[in-house]
Amino acid sequence: MEELLNIFVKSIFIDNMIFAYFLGMCSYLAVSKTVETSTGLGIAVIFVLGITIPVNYMLENYILKKGALDWLLGDAAANIDLGFLSFIMFIAVIASMVQLVEMIVEKVSPSLYSALGIFLPLIAVNCAILGGALFMQEREYSSIAEASVFGLGSGVGWFLAVVGIAAIREKISYSNVPAPLRGLGITFIATGLMGIAFMSFMGIKL
Amino acid sequence: MNGLRKLVDNIKPNFEKGGKFEKLHSTFEAFETFLFVPNKVTFKGSHIRDNMDMKRAMSVVVMALIPALLFGMWNTGYQHALSTGQEYTLMEAFWFGFLKILPIIIVSYVAGLGVEFIFAQIRHHEVNEGFLVSGMLIPLIVPVDVPLWMVAVATIFAVVIGKEVFGGTGMNIVNPALTARAFLFFAYPSHMSGDKVWIEGMAGGEGIVDGFSGATPLANAASGLMDKLPSTWDMFLGIIPGSIGETSTLAILLGAIFLLYTGVGSWKIMLSFFAGGLAMGLILNGFATDTNPYMALPAYQHLLLGGFAFGGIFMATDPVTAAQTERGKWIYGFLTGFIAILVRVLNPAYPEGVMLAILLMNVFAPLIDYYIIQGNIKRRLKRAKVAA
Repeated sequence: MEELLNIFVKSIFIDNMIFAYFLGMCSYLAVSKTVETSTGLGIAVIFVLGITIPVNYMLENYILKKGALDWLLGDAAANIDLGFLSFIMFIAVIASMVQLVEMIVEKVSPSLYSALGIFLPLIAVNCAILGGALFMQEREYSSIAEASVFGLGSGVGWFLAVVGIAAIREKISYSNVPAPLRGLGITFIATGLMGIAFMSFMGIKL
Repeated sequence: MNGLRKLVDNIKPNFEKGGKFEKLHSTFEAFETFLFVPNKVTFKGSHIRDNMDMKRAMSVVVMALIPALLFGMWNTGYQHALSTGQEYTLMEAFWFGFLKILPIIIVSYVAGLGVEFIFAQIRHHEVNEGFLVSGMLIPLIVPVDVPLWMVAVATIFAVVIGKEVFGGTGMNIVNPALTARAFLFFAYPSHMSGDKVWIEGMAGGEGIVDGFSGATPLANAASGLMDKLPSTWDMFLGIIPGSIGETSTLAILLGAIFLLYTGVGSWKIMLSFFAGGLAMGLILNGFATDTNPYMALPAYQHLLLGGFAFGGIFMATDPVTAAQTERGKWIYGFLTGFIAILVRVLNPAYPEGVMLAILLMNVFAPLIDYYIIQGNIKRRLKRAKVAA
């Protein structure tokens, strides 16, 4: 239980997808103009990460990894390594999950659906999602519970980052920013400053 | 005084539109409003111009910093005497510190105001007074041994990236003085942390008394040397190694009283900041074990050590970067203090967490405000519906 909590906190603050790895920047920059839409996208990302990572975890451990097929084929499968398929399998899972999210959002909140526009289907190619799956593979979590907690935590971390920058952008929309920096330029600078602030958690050992 | 007014009025036309030095208008304006309260009046609407403008508010903060500055000067001399085994009188110690610290202040002001003036000329806005405070804060939060060029580089970075690109004073999202310090901390860590930088001349190794350690109390506590900690009374007075202005809680409290009396600082943030620190300290005390004596450090001592008091009084209360809604201030202050102690104790990478905690909450202050405002809107809508 304590281990799960550690992974959760770690993936939100210490290994934050945006500020520690700079993953998922495209939609982070594009959909952070208002807090409202970014909240919607953030929740969608939490949802997608929270589902795809456990599913990918099962794929990885029961089908793809070397010797993972033992449960089906017995000793004969000990040398079968389908690891080379992992990218395409992960992406397939992610893409289908995103389709699901898109349908749900369209049904539940049409206004959010139109506000998110193209960026909702583009979650499928959001680097944070595939990044999460690959981190899951690399860090070799020992149970599906750990993997799901990691997925949820990473999603919450991404959510925090995107609503944080959205609130800042709403605030600085009234500022007299030099013309060449308006829009994306100042957002990049603000993100850098947020990254410095998030350095406060780097190095904490849980 | 009248003569000065006349002189200013005489040269004023040169700086107006069409005058000889039209380009230097904002420079002139800065000096004029520095000398005299501006006599602008509004022509439309019912606006009242208070003579407590930004320049005066900033001067109040600078005045509030003076006790900490004077104490820092004395402490610099005193710690130097202690490290070299000399005996200094009160004045000698003060004079020694004065000579060491004055150049840092000058460099910080010249570099920062230089950038401010350049930006004001190019972007045709008035010279912003915000730097009066940042320029005084930066020298107070660096170790005394810091090379002057580093102060200049950090100050320029902080003013340009931390403030001017957002449009100048009042628009920045993170505290410029803390941006400067964070820049120094991550760019030149060997000059900003460790045991030697806090005492003038110690890195050079001139005649150090055997067995003297320049480590700050926090560094000692982090490495578990609990018997080396000074007495609570010394912590409160500030006779300990540390950044120039941060050591003396007493001097900082004098400044705090002044800030509160003039109404420039927010008591809500200060109070909740200390409450947050105390809460985290007590939680850690509850979890303390024999293997980690740092966690057992009494919570009230946490409030006296390091930059906690200084950060809480002068940095967290920065009206621009703090939360701006009244209820938001409570949340903001509490979380800042809470995270400061959390980072300080639990993060082995940094001996002190106040700087990064304040920066972190600066970043999230707009979000806190957003939710408070949305909450207000919702509540009022509900009330309106019930009435109807």
